[in-house]
Amino acid sequence: MTQYLLSVWPDWEIGMPEPAVVERMYAQVDAFNAELQSAGAWVFGGGLHPPASATVVRAADGGVSMTDGTYAEAKEQIGGFWIITAPDLDAALAWAHKGAVACEGPVEVRPFQDDTA
Amino acid sequence: MFDPNVLGEIYRREAGRCTATMVRLLGDVDLAEDAVAEAFAIAAQRWPVDGVPPNPGGWITTTARNRGIDRLRRERQRDGRHRAAALVHDPEPVTHMDLGDLDVLPDDQLRLIFLCCHPALAPDTQVALTLRLLGGLETPEIARAFLVPEATMAQRIVRAKRKIRDNNVAYRVPPASVLPDRLPPVLAALYLIYNEGHTASIGTELTRPDLSGEAIRLARVLGELMPDEPEVKGLLALMLLSDARRPARTASAGSIVRLGEQDRTLWDRTLIDEGHGLVRECLRRDASGPYQLQAAIAAVHTDAPTAAATDWGQIVALYDQLHQLQPNDIVALNRAIAIGELRGPADALAAIESLALENYHLFHATRAELLARLTRIDEAQAALERAIALTTNATEVRHLQHRLRALAHLTSS
Repeated sequence: MTQYLLSVWPDWEIGMPEPAVVERMYAQVDAFNAELQSAGAWVFGGGLHPPASATVVRAADGGVSMTDGTYAEAKEQIGGFWIITAPDLDAALAWAHKGAVACEGPVEVRPFQDDTA
Repeated sequence: MFDPNVLGEIYRREAGRCTATMVRLLGDVDLAEDAVAEAFAIAAQRWPVDGVPPNPGGWITTTARNRGIDRLRRERQRDGRHRAAALVHDPEPVTHMDLGDLDVLPDDQLRLIFLCCHPALAPDTQVALTLRLLGGLETPEIARAFLVPEATMAQRIVRAKRKIRDNNVAYRVPPASVLPDRLPPVLAALYLIYNEGHTASIGTELTRPDLSGEAIRLARVLGELMPDEPEVKGLLALMLLSDARRPARTASAGSIVRLGEQDRTLWDRTLIDEGHGLVRECLRRDASGPYQLQAAIAAVHTDAPTAAATDWGQIVALYDQLHQLQPNDIVALNRAIAIGELRGPADALAAIESLALENYHLFHATRAELLARLTRIDEAQAALERAIALTTNATEVRHLQHRLRALAHLTSS
Protein backbone atom coordinates (compact mmCIF):
# COMPACT_ATOMS: atom_id res chain seq x y z
CA MET A 1 0.00 0.00 0.00
CA THR A 2 1.12 3.53 -0.71
CA GLN A 3 -0.11 6.77 0.79
CA TYR A 4 -1.03 9.57 -1.58
CA LEU A 5 -1.76 13.24 -1.08
CA LEU A 6 -4.83 14.32 -3.04
CA SER A 7 -4.86 18.12 -3.07
CA VAL A 8 -7.52 20.43 -4.46
CA TRP A 9 -6.44 23.46 -6.47
CA PRO A 10 -9.19 26.00 -7.06
CA ASP A 11 -8.65 29.29 -8.85
CA TRP A 12 -9.18 31.76 -5.99
CA GLU A 13 -9.35 34.82 -8.24
CA ILE A 14 -12.72 33.86 -9.61
CA GLY A 15 -14.12 34.33 -6.09
CA MET A 16 -16.37 32.20 -3.95
CA PRO A 17 -19.17 30.41 -5.77
CA GLU A 18 -22.85 31.00 -4.97
CA PRO A 19 -23.95 29.76 -1.52
CA ALA A 20 -26.13 27.10 -3.12
CA VAL A 21 -23.10 25.81 -5.06
CA VAL A 22 -20.95 25.81 -1.90
CA GLU A 23 -23.63 23.84 -0.09
CA ARG A 24 -23.84 21.33 -2.93
CA MET A 25 -20.05 20.89 -2.91
CA TYR A 26 -19.97 20.40 0.87
CA ALA A 27 -22.62 17.70 0.59
CA GLN A 28 -20.72 15.99 -2.23
CA VAL A 29 -17.43 16.12 -0.33
CA ASP A 30 -19.10 14.75 2.82
CA ALA A 31 -20.41 11.81 0.81
CA PHE A 32 -16.96 11.27 -0.76
CA ASN A 33 -15.31 11.36 2.69
CA ALA A 34 -17.75 8.77 3.95
CA GLU A 35 -16.96 6.56 0.94
CA LEU A 36 -13.20 6.86 1.56
CA GLN A 37 -13.74 5.94 5.22
CA SER A 38 -15.95 2.93 4.59
CA ALA A 39 -13.48 1.64 1.97
CA GLY A 40 -10.62 1.93 4.47
CA ALA A 41 -8.76 4.37 2.21
CA TRP A 42 -9.13 7.42 4.46
CA VAL A 43 -6.12 8.63 6.47
CA PHE A 44 -6.88 12.33 6.93
CA GLY A 45 -8.44 15.23 5.09
CA GLY A 46 -9.93 18.67 5.37
CA GLY A 47 -10.71 21.99 3.72
CA LEU A 48 -8.51 25.07 4.25
CA HIS A 49 -9.40 28.69 4.87
CA PRO A 50 -8.68 31.04 1.90
CA PRO A 51 -5.06 31.83 0.87
CA ALA A 52 -5.24 35.23 2.58
CA SER A 53 -5.25 33.36 5.90
CA ALA A 54 -1.75 31.93 5.21
CA THR A 55 1.58 32.98 6.81
CA VAL A 56 5.02 31.88 5.61
CA VAL A 57 7.64 31.34 8.31
CA ARG A 58 11.38 31.21 7.61
CA ALA A 59 14.20 30.35 9.98
CA ALA A 60 16.81 33.10 9.60
CA ASP A 61 20.09 33.46 11.52
CA GLY A 62 18.74 31.74 14.60
CA GLY A 63 15.65 33.93 14.50
CA VAL A 64 12.45 33.88 12.53
CA SER A 65 10.99 35.97 9.71
CA MET A 66 7.38 35.92 8.62
CA THR A 67 5.55 37.05 5.53
CA ASP A 68 1.84 37.56 5.10
CA GLY A 69 0.16 35.36 2.49
CA THR A 70 0.98 32.17 0.60
CA TYR A 71 4.44 30.97 -0.39
CA ALA A 72 3.86 30.82 -4.14
CA GLU A 73 2.33 33.78 -5.91
CA ALA A 74 -0.20 32.00 -8.08
CA LYS A 75 -3.90 32.44 -8.49
CA GLU A 76 -4.33 28.70 -7.97
CA GLN A 77 -3.66 27.81 -4.34
CA ILE A 78 -4.33 24.69 -2.36
CA GLY A 79 -7.88 24.68 -1.03
CA GLY A 80 -7.99 21.38 0.80
CA PHE A 81 -6.62 17.87 0.73
CA TRP A 82 -7.03 14.22 1.52
CA ILE A 83 -4.37 11.75 2.53
CA ILE A 84 -5.40 8.31 1.38
CA THR A 85 -3.92 4.86 1.30
CA ALA A 86 -4.26 2.83 -1.90
CA PRO A 87 -2.80 -0.36 -3.37
CA ASP A 88 -1.39 1.42 -6.44
CA LEU A 89 -1.54 4.58 -8.54
CA ASP A 90 -4.56 3.48 -10.57
CA ALA A 91 -6.58 3.09 -7.37
CA ALA A 92 -5.39 6.52 -6.17
CA LEU A 93 -6.30 8.09 -9.53
CA ALA A 94 -9.76 6.55 -9.34
CA TRP A 95 -10.24 8.15 -5.88
CA ALA A 96 -8.91 11.45 -7.25
CA HIS A 97 -11.47 11.30 -10.05
CA LYS A 98 -14.27 10.92 -7.51
CA GLY A 99 -12.74 13.72 -5.40
CA ALA A 100 -12.57 16.04 -8.42
CA VAL A 101 -16.23 15.39 -9.15
CA ALA A 102 -17.16 16.01 -5.51
CA CYS A 103 -15.28 19.28 -5.05
CA GLU A 104 -15.78 20.42 -8.68
CA GLY A 105 -12.11 21.30 -9.15
CA PRO A 106 -8.79 19.79 -10.25
CA VAL A 107 -7.12 17.32 -7.86
CA GLU A 108 -3.36 16.69 -7.80
CA VAL A 109 -2.15 13.20 -6.85
CA ARG A 110 1.27 12.83 -5.22
CA PRO A 111 2.77 9.82 -3.49
CA PHE A 112 4.31 9.96 -0.02
CA GLN A 113 7.92 8.88 0.22
CA ASP A 114 7.69 5.79 2.35
CA ASP A 115 5.64 2.64 2.26
CA THR A 116 4.30 3.46 5.69
CA ALA A 117 1.16 1.39 5.44
CA MET B 1 32.85 -18.61 -36.56
CA PHE B 2 30.69 -16.31 -34.43
CA ASP B 3 28.85 -13.65 -36.40
CA PRO B 4 28.62 -10.51 -34.20
CA ASN B 5 25.47 -9.44 -36.09
CA VAL B 6 23.67 -12.40 -34.53
CA LEU B 7 23.86 -10.80 -31.11
CA GLY B 8 22.42 -7.53 -32.44
CA GLU B 9 19.57 -9.38 -34.11
CA ILE B 10 18.77 -11.33 -30.99
CA TYR B 11 18.92 -8.13 -28.98
CA ARG B 12 16.38 -6.45 -31.28
CA ARG B 13 14.10 -9.45 -31.11
CA GLU B 14 14.37 -10.39 -27.45
CA ALA B 15 15.36 -7.33 -25.39
CA GLY B 16 11.83 -5.90 -25.07
CA ARG B 17 10.26 -9.27 -24.31
CA CYS B 18 12.91 -10.08 -21.76
CA THR B 19 12.69 -6.64 -20.10
CA ALA B 20 8.92 -7.09 -19.84
CA THR B 21 9.37 -10.37 -17.98
CA MET B 22 12.10 -8.98 -15.75
CA VAL B 23 9.96 -6.02 -14.66
CA ARG B 24 7.40 -8.55 -13.43
CA LEU B 25 9.92 -10.82 -11.72
CA LEU B 26 12.09 -8.09 -10.20
CA GLY B 27 9.40 -5.49 -9.57
CA ASP B 28 11.44 -2.55 -10.79
CA VAL B 29 12.12 -1.08 -14.22
CA ASP B 30 15.72 -0.05 -13.55
CA LEU B 31 16.63 -3.41 -12.05
CA ALA B 32 15.04 -5.11 -15.05
CA GLU B 33 16.95 -3.00 -17.56
CA ASP B 34 20.24 -3.57 -15.76
CA ALA B 35 19.64 -7.31 -15.56
CA VAL B 36 18.88 -7.56 -19.29
CA ALA B 37 21.92 -5.43 -20.18
CA GLU B 38 24.11 -7.62 -17.98
CA ALA B 39 22.76 -10.79 -19.59
CA PHE B 40 23.60 -9.48 -23.07
CA ALA B 41 27.07 -8.43 -21.87
CA ILE B 42 27.67 -11.98 -20.64
CA ALA B 43 26.35 -13.37 -23.93
CA ALA B 44 28.81 -11.16 -25.83
CA GLN B 45 31.65 -12.80 -23.89
CA ARG B 46 30.44 -16.41 -23.86
CA TRP B 47 28.73 -16.98 -27.18
CA PRO B 48 31.83 -16.40 -29.35
CA VAL B 49 33.53 -19.15 -27.30
CA ASP B 50 30.67 -21.54 -26.44
CA GLY B 51 28.52 -20.91 -29.51
CA VAL B 52 25.00 -19.46 -29.63
CA PRO B 53 22.64 -21.51 -27.41
CA PRO B 54 19.74 -23.30 -29.10
CA ASN B 55 17.19 -21.01 -27.40
CA PRO B 56 18.98 -17.65 -27.17
CA GLY B 57 15.93 -15.79 -25.84
CA GLY B 58 15.48 -18.32 -23.04
CA TRP B 59 19.20 -18.16 -22.23
CA ILE B 60 19.06 -14.35 -21.96
CA THR B 61 15.92 -14.47 -19.82
CA THR B 62 17.39 -17.05 -17.43
CA THR B 63 20.69 -15.22 -17.13
CA ALA B 64 18.97 -11.85 -16.60
CA ARG B 65 16.67 -13.35 -14.01
CA ASN B 66 19.47 -14.98 -12.01
CA ARG B 67 21.58 -11.84 -12.13
CA GLY B 68 18.62 -9.67 -11.14
CA ILE B 69 17.65 -11.90 -8.22
CA ASP B 70 21.27 -12.00 -7.02
CA ARG B 71 21.32 -8.25 -6.99
CA LEU B 72 17.96 -7.95 -5.25
CA ARG B 73 19.24 -10.26 -2.50
CA ARG B 74 22.44 -8.29 -2.07
CA GLU B 75 20.50 -5.04 -1.87
CA ARG B 76 18.04 -6.46 0.61
CA GLN B 77 20.82 -7.71 2.84
CA ARG B 78 22.43 -4.30 2.67
CA ASP B 79 19.28 -2.24 3.11
CA GLY B 80 17.53 -4.66 5.40
CA ARG B 81 14.28 -3.86 3.71
CA HIS B 82 12.26 -4.81 0.70
CA ARG B 83 12.42 -2.85 -2.47
CA ALA B 84 9.13 -2.44 -4.30
CA ALA B 85 7.82 -5.11 -1.98
CA ALA B 86 4.33 -5.20 -3.39
CA LEU B 87 5.55 -6.35 -6.78
CA VAL B 88 8.47 -8.63 -6.09
CA HIS B 89 8.20 -12.37 -6.25
CA ASP B 90 11.10 -14.21 -4.76
CA PRO B 91 11.78 -17.13 -7.01
CA GLU B 92 14.82 -19.34 -6.61
CA PRO B 93 17.49 -18.94 -9.27
CA VAL B 94 17.00 -21.58 -11.92
CA THR B 95 19.26 -23.47 -14.26
CA HIS B 96 19.00 -22.95 -17.98
CA MET B 97 17.50 -26.40 -18.28
CA ASP B 98 14.52 -25.60 -16.06
CA LEU B 99 13.23 -22.43 -17.53
CA GLY B 100 12.19 -23.09 -21.10
CA ASP B 101 9.56 -20.54 -22.01
CA LEU B 102 7.32 -21.38 -19.09
CA ASP B 103 8.20 -18.32 -17.13
CA VAL B 104 7.74 -15.89 -19.96
CA LEU B 105 4.11 -14.83 -19.97
CA PRO B 106 2.95 -13.33 -23.27
CA ASP B 107 1.04 -10.78 -21.23
CA ASP B 108 4.31 -9.35 -19.94
CA GLN B 109 4.82 -7.28 -23.07
CA LEU B 110 1.25 -6.04 -22.83
CA ARG B 111 1.81 -5.07 -19.18
CA LEU B 112 4.92 -3.18 -20.23
CA ILE B 113 3.15 -1.32 -23.07
CA PHE B 114 0.44 -0.19 -20.66
CA LEU B 115 3.06 0.80 -18.09
CA CYS B 116 5.02 2.87 -20.64
CA CYS B 117 1.84 4.52 -21.92
CA HIS B 118 0.25 5.17 -18.54
CA PRO B 119 -1.90 8.31 -18.82
CA ALA B 120 -0.08 9.79 -15.79
CA LEU B 121 2.95 10.17 -18.13
CA ALA B 122 3.15 12.88 -20.80
CA PRO B 123 2.66 11.64 -24.40
CA ASP B 124 6.30 12.41 -25.36
CA THR B 125 7.45 10.44 -22.34
CA GLN B 126 5.17 7.53 -23.21
CA VAL B 127 6.74 7.32 -26.66
CA ALA B 128 10.29 7.54 -25.31
CA LEU B 129 9.72 4.87 -22.67
CA THR B 130 8.03 2.54 -25.16
CA LEU B 131 10.98 2.79 -27.53
CA ARG B 132 13.48 2.35 -24.74
CA LEU B 133 11.89 -0.53 -22.82
CA LEU B 134 10.02 -2.42 -25.53
CA GLY B 135 12.00 -1.41 -28.59
CA GLY B 136 15.39 -1.78 -26.93
CA LEU B 137 16.51 1.55 -28.41
CA GLU B 138 19.31 3.41 -26.66
CA THR B 139 18.59 6.87 -25.26
CA PRO B 140 20.79 8.70 -27.87
CA GLU B 141 18.87 6.99 -30.70
CA ILE B 142 15.54 8.07 -29.19
CA ALA B 143 16.84 11.61 -28.66
CA ARG B 144 17.95 11.80 -32.31
CA ALA B 145 14.63 10.47 -33.55
CA PHE B 146 12.67 13.13 -31.67
CA LEU B 147 14.87 16.18 -32.12
CA VAL B 148 15.71 16.45 -28.45
CA PRO B 149 19.16 16.86 -26.90
CA GLU B 150 20.46 13.61 -25.48
CA ALA B 151 20.66 14.99 -21.91
CA THR B 152 17.02 16.12 -22.10
CA MET B 153 15.88 12.72 -23.28
CA ALA B 154 17.96 10.92 -20.64
CA GLN B 155 16.43 13.09 -17.94
CA ARG B 156 12.92 12.53 -19.31
CA ILE B 157 13.39 8.76 -19.14
CA VAL B 158 14.99 8.82 -15.68
CA ARG B 159 12.14 10.97 -14.33
CA ALA B 160 9.51 8.73 -15.86
CA LYS B 161 11.03 5.61 -14.32
CA ARG B 162 11.24 7.36 -10.96
CA LYS B 163 7.62 8.49 -11.24
CA ILE B 164 6.53 4.92 -11.95
CA ARG B 165 8.43 3.65 -8.91
CA ASP B 166 7.44 6.46 -6.49
CA ASN B 167 3.79 6.25 -7.44
CA ASN B 168 3.66 2.47 -7.17
CA VAL B 169 2.18 2.11 -10.66
CA ALA B 170 0.74 -1.39 -11.00
CA TYR B 171 2.30 -3.75 -13.53
CA ARG B 172 -0.78 -5.22 -15.09
CA VAL B 173 -3.06 -5.20 -18.09
CA PRO B 174 -5.85 -2.75 -17.22
CA PRO B 175 -9.22 -4.41 -16.54
CA ALA B 176 -11.84 -4.16 -19.29
CA SER B 177 -13.76 -1.48 -17.38
CA VAL B 178 -10.97 1.10 -17.79
CA LEU B 179 -9.64 -0.12 -21.14
CA PRO B 180 -11.54 2.52 -23.15
CA ASP B 181 -9.45 5.16 -21.31
CA ARG B 182 -6.19 3.25 -21.28
CA LEU B 183 -5.97 1.88 -24.81
CA PRO B 184 -6.07 5.17 -26.79
CA PRO B 185 -2.75 6.52 -25.39
CA VAL B 186 -1.09 3.19 -26.25
CA LEU B 187 -2.36 3.36 -29.82
CA ALA B 188 -1.42 7.04 -30.07
CA ALA B 189 2.14 6.31 -28.91
CA LEU B 190 2.57 3.51 -31.44
CA TYR B 191 1.17 5.70 -34.21
CA LEU B 192 3.53 8.54 -33.24
CA ILE B 193 6.47 6.14 -33.44
CA TYR B 194 5.22 4.89 -36.79
CA ASN B 195 4.76 8.39 -38.17
CA GLU B 196 8.21 9.48 -37.11
CA GLY B 197 9.52 6.52 -39.10
CA HIS B 198 7.18 7.22 -42.03
CA THR B 199 8.31 10.84 -42.43
CA ALA B 200 11.20 11.70 -40.16
CA SER B 201 10.75 15.15 -38.65
CA ILE B 202 14.39 15.97 -39.26
CA GLY B 203 17.36 14.70 -41.21
CA THR B 204 18.21 13.93 -44.77
CA GLU B 205 16.37 10.62 -45.08
CA LEU B 206 12.63 10.82 -45.68
CA THR B 207 11.89 7.65 -43.75
CA ARG B 208 13.33 5.82 -40.76
CA PRO B 209 12.28 2.23 -41.40
CA ASP B 210 13.73 1.16 -38.04
CA LEU B 211 11.11 3.24 -36.20
CA SER B 212 8.17 2.37 -38.45
CA GLY B 213 9.21 -1.29 -38.34
CA GLU B 214 9.33 -1.23 -34.55
CA ALA B 215 5.87 0.39 -34.36
CA ILE B 216 4.49 -2.35 -36.63
CA ARG B 217 6.15 -5.06 -34.54
CA LEU B 218 4.63 -3.66 -31.35
CA ALA B 219 1.20 -3.26 -32.98
CA ARG B 220 1.41 -6.94 -34.01
CA VAL B 221 2.23 -7.93 -30.43
CA LEU B 222 -0.70 -5.84 -29.23
CA GLY B 223 -2.98 -7.38 -31.86
CA GLU B 224 -2.02 -10.94 -30.90
CA LEU B 225 -2.57 -10.22 -27.22
CA MET B 226 -5.80 -8.23 -27.66
CA PRO B 227 -7.50 -9.92 -30.62
CA ASP B 228 -10.91 -8.49 -29.73
CA GLU B 229 -9.97 -4.82 -29.97
CA PRO B 230 -10.94 -3.59 -33.45
CA GLU B 231 -8.97 -0.33 -33.12
CA VAL B 232 -5.76 -2.32 -32.56
CA LYS B 233 -6.44 -4.15 -35.84
CA GLY B 234 -7.29 -0.83 -37.48
CA LEU B 235 -4.01 0.72 -36.38
CA LEU B 236 -1.99 -2.28 -37.57
CA ALA B 237 -3.81 -2.23 -40.94
CA LEU B 238 -3.21 1.51 -41.29
CA MET B 239 0.51 1.08 -40.64
CA LEU B 240 0.84 -1.90 -42.99
CA LEU B 241 -0.98 -0.15 -45.83
CA SER B 242 1.16 2.99 -45.41
CA ASP B 243 4.33 0.96 -45.18
CA ALA B 244 3.41 -1.01 -48.29
CA ARG B 245 3.82 2.21 -50.31
CA ARG B 246 7.24 3.06 -48.88
CA PRO B 247 9.30 1.59 -51.77
CA ALA B 248 7.44 3.86 -54.22
CA ARG B 249 7.56 7.03 -52.12
CA THR B 250 11.08 8.01 -53.10
CA ALA B 251 12.78 8.01 -56.50
CA SER B 252 16.32 6.71 -57.01
CA ALA B 253 17.79 10.15 -56.25
CA GLY B 254 15.96 10.17 -52.90
CA SER B 255 13.33 12.68 -54.02
CA ILE B 256 9.66 12.37 -53.04
CA VAL B 257 7.18 10.76 -55.42
CA ARG B 258 3.59 11.81 -54.67
CA LEU B 259 0.84 9.23 -54.28
CA GLY B 260 -0.71 10.01 -57.67
CA GLU B 261 2.60 9.54 -59.48
CA GLN B 262 3.89 6.47 -57.65
CA ASP B 263 4.79 3.31 -59.53
CA ARG B 264 2.18 1.04 -58.00
CA THR B 265 4.05 -2.10 -59.05
CA LEU B 266 6.60 -1.17 -56.37
CA TRP B 267 4.00 -1.37 -53.62
CA ASP B 268 4.46 -4.35 -51.31
CA ARG B 269 1.63 -6.74 -52.19
CA THR B 270 2.18 -8.94 -49.13
CA LEU B 271 1.68 -6.01 -46.76
CA ILE B 272 -1.31 -4.77 -48.78
CA ASP B 273 -2.97 -8.20 -48.69
CA GLU B 274 -2.45 -8.43 -44.94
CA GLY B 275 -3.75 -4.87 -44.44
CA HIS B 276 -6.81 -5.47 -46.64
CA GLY B 277 -7.56 -8.66 -44.71
CA LEU B 278 -7.51 -6.72 -41.44
CA VAL B 279 -9.72 -3.96 -42.86
CA ARG B 280 -12.24 -6.57 -44.00
CA GLU B 281 -12.26 -8.07 -40.49
CA CYS B 282 -12.91 -4.60 -39.07
CA LEU B 283 -15.73 -3.96 -41.53
CA ARG B 284 -17.36 -7.23 -40.52
CA ARG B 285 -17.43 -6.09 -36.90
CA ASP B 286 -18.88 -2.75 -37.97
CA ALA B 287 -17.45 -0.90 -34.97
CA SER B 288 -15.92 2.13 -36.58
CA GLY B 289 -13.11 3.97 -34.83
CA PRO B 290 -10.57 6.52 -36.04
CA TYR B 291 -7.82 4.03 -36.85
CA GLN B 292 -10.18 1.66 -38.64
CA LEU B 293 -11.53 4.53 -40.75
CA GLN B 294 -8.03 5.71 -41.66
CA ALA B 295 -7.12 2.13 -42.54
CA ALA B 296 -10.22 1.89 -44.72
CA ILE B 297 -9.14 5.08 -46.53
CA ALA B 298 -5.67 3.61 -47.06
CA ALA B 299 -7.34 0.43 -48.34
CA VAL B 300 -9.30 2.37 -50.97
CA HIS B 301 -6.03 3.91 -52.18
CA THR B 302 -4.15 0.61 -52.27
CA ASP B 303 -7.12 -1.07 -53.96
CA ALA B 304 -6.88 1.21 -57.02
CA PRO B 305 -4.72 -0.23 -59.82
CA THR B 306 -4.03 3.32 -61.07
CA ALA B 307 -4.32 6.74 -59.47
CA ALA B 308 -7.10 7.63 -61.92
CA ALA B 309 -9.10 4.60 -60.78
CA THR B 310 -9.20 5.81 -57.13
CA ASP B 311 -12.71 5.82 -55.70
CA TRP B 312 -12.62 9.39 -54.37
CA GLY B 313 -16.33 9.35 -53.56
CA GLN B 314 -15.70 6.50 -51.13
CA ILE B 315 -12.71 8.31 -49.65
CA VAL B 316 -14.68 11.52 -49.07
CA ALA B 317 -17.46 9.47 -47.41
CA LEU B 318 -14.91 7.84 -45.07
CA TYR B 319 -13.36 11.23 -44.25
CA ASP B 320 -16.87 12.53 -43.45
CA GLN B 321 -17.22 9.73 -40.88
CA LEU B 322 -13.74 10.34 -39.53
CA HIS B 323 -14.40 14.05 -39.20
CA GLN B 324 -17.52 13.28 -37.19
CA LEU B 325 -15.47 11.19 -34.75
CA GLN B 326 -12.49 13.56 -34.73
CA PRO B 327 -13.64 17.04 -35.70
CA ASN B 328 -10.14 18.53 -35.97
CA ASP B 329 -8.47 20.62 -38.64
CA ILE B 330 -5.94 18.01 -39.78
CA VAL B 331 -8.77 15.61 -40.65
CA ALA B 332 -10.60 18.49 -42.35
CA LEU B 333 -7.49 19.23 -44.44
CA ASN B 334 -7.20 15.64 -45.63
CA ARG B 335 -10.92 15.54 -46.33
CA ALA B 336 -10.52 18.71 -48.43
CA ILE B 337 -7.76 17.08 -50.50
CA ALA B 338 -10.16 14.24 -51.34
CA ILE B 339 -12.89 16.79 -52.16
CA GLY B 340 -10.39 18.45 -54.50
CA GLU B 341 -10.03 15.18 -56.40
CA LEU B 342 -13.77 14.48 -56.45
CA ARG B 343 -15.25 17.92 -57.09
CA GLY B 344 -12.34 20.14 -58.11
CA PRO B 345 -9.86 22.56 -56.49
CA ALA B 346 -12.30 25.46 -55.94
CA ASP B 347 -14.46 23.39 -53.55
CA ALA B 348 -11.38 22.08 -51.77
CA LEU B 349 -9.91 25.57 -51.36
CA ALA B 350 -13.20 26.83 -49.89
CA ALA B 351 -13.11 23.92 -47.44
CA ILE B 352 -9.64 24.72 -46.09
CA GLU B 353 -9.62 28.53 -45.93
CA SER B 354 -11.10 28.64 -42.43
CA LEU B 355 -8.73 26.02 -40.92
CA ALA B 356 -6.42 27.18 -38.14
CA LEU B 357 -3.30 25.42 -39.44
CA GLU B 358 -1.13 28.46 -40.05
CA ASN B 359 1.98 26.70 -38.69
CA TYR B 360 1.49 23.35 -40.41
CA HIS B 361 3.64 22.96 -43.52
CA LEU B 362 1.27 20.57 -45.26
CA PHE B 363 -1.58 23.08 -44.96
CA HIS B 364 0.39 25.58 -47.05
CA ALA B 365 1.65 22.91 -49.45
CA THR B 366 -1.93 21.72 -50.01
CA ARG B 367 -3.15 25.29 -50.51
CA ALA B 368 -0.35 25.86 -53.02
CA GLU B 369 -1.37 22.82 -55.06
CA LEU B 370 -5.02 23.88 -55.11
CA LEU B 371 -4.13 27.48 -56.05
CA ALA B 372 -1.83 26.23 -58.82
CA ARG B 373 -4.65 24.10 -60.22
CA LEU B 374 -6.80 27.24 -60.26
CA THR B 375 -3.87 29.00 -62.08
CA ARG B 376 -3.53 31.49 -59.22
CA ILE B 377 0.23 31.14 -59.54
CA ASP B 378 1.42 34.11 -57.45
CA GLU B 379 -0.62 33.01 -54.46
CA ALA B 380 0.52 29.40 -54.98
CA GLN B 381 4.16 30.52 -54.89
CA ALA B 382 3.63 32.48 -51.68
CA ALA B 383 1.97 29.45 -50.07
CA LEU B 384 4.83 27.18 -51.14
CA GLU B 385 7.39 29.57 -49.70
CA ARG B 386 5.51 29.53 -46.42
CA ALA B 387 5.42 25.71 -46.53
CA ILE B 388 9.18 25.51 -47.14
CA ALA B 389 9.90 27.82 -44.22
CA LEU B 390 7.95 25.49 -41.92
CA THR B 391 9.40 22.17 -43.15
CA THR B 392 12.21 20.46 -41.22
CA ASN B 393 12.79 17.29 -43.26
CA ALA B 394 15.45 17.96 -45.93
CA THR B 395 13.85 15.64 -48.50
CA GLU B 396 10.49 17.33 -48.10
CA VAL B 397 12.15 20.76 -48.45
CA ARG B 398 13.79 19.70 -51.72
CA HIS B 399 10.46 18.40 -52.98
CA LEU B 400 8.71 21.71 -52.21
CA GLN B 401 11.54 23.72 -53.76
CA HIS B 402 11.19 21.61 -56.89
CA ARG B 403 7.46 22.44 -56.98
CA LEU B 404 8.28 26.11 -56.54
CA ARG B 405 10.68 26.06 -59.51
CA ALA B 406 8.03 24.32 -61.62
CA LEU B 407 5.58 27.11 -60.78
CA ALA B 408 8.16 29.79 -61.58
CA HIS B 409 8.65 28.10 -64.93
CA LEU B 410 4.90 28.36 -65.56
CA THR B 411 4.87 32.12 -64.97
CA SER B 412 7.92 32.82 -67.11
CA SER B 413 6.66 30.81 -70.12
